[in-house]
Amino acid sequence: MSERISVVLLVVGGLFMLLAGLGVLRLPDLFMRLQAATKASTLGVGCLLLGLAVHYQELGITTRAVLVIAFFVLTAPVGAHMIARAAYAVGVPLWAGTLTDELREHRSAARLHIPEEPPESPKRQPLE
Amino acid sequence: MSHDNLATAQGAAELAIVMIALALFLTFIRLVRGPTLPDRVVALDLIGVQTVGMIAAYAVATDRPVLLDPATVLALVGFLGTIAFASYLERRARDE
Repeated sequence: MSERISVVLLVVGGLFMLLAGLGVLRLPDLFMRLQAATKASTLGVGCLLLGLAVHYQELGITTRAVLVIAFFVLTAPVGAHMIARAAYAVGVPLWAGTLTDELREHRSAARLHIPEEPPESPKRQPLE
Repeated sequence: MSHDNLATAQGAAELAIVMIALALFLTFIRLVRGPTLPDRVVALDLIGVQTVGMIAAYAVATDRPVLLDPATVLALVGFLGTIAFASYLERRARDE
């Protein structure tokens, strides 16, 4: 039974990692790619490590696996938020079909040095 | 991978390794293509996470649970790299 659970967890984890890679390649702008890279990969790595813990069923291995999962769950959103904030400040263009950009109205409150033009403006060249 | 192997955790781990390898390839294309520096940072961050997942799958596939320790270290270092890149980018934007 536990063998089956670990098989399912490992395959699901691999699938989510594949989804994360696909999303990072195919989604149209950085902020959507960031979403795929963060959420799908956290879930994928969590499933893989849980599968490993279920497969071995030893205290030391389970503890380490849970530790790594907790670390990812804590740090992945922080890292993604920092990259998104820096990318917005640098002026990475949003997708052409973006409907709202609420941060632009609050840029002084967010203490981001955004120029007067919207980020999708061609005048502002993102850092290469 | 033989077919009678697929019902075991080893077979599933091998399948997961193949899928993560494919994901690493796709992410690497994004890393090469860019087009901006933050895109590359996101791709590098994802490559780090995928490597941790691949090590976990490899530990099951080859029955070497010791490999979980390098995965822990890689998770720590990857997060630090992402944070360093992000703060560097933000400082660069502020200095303009």
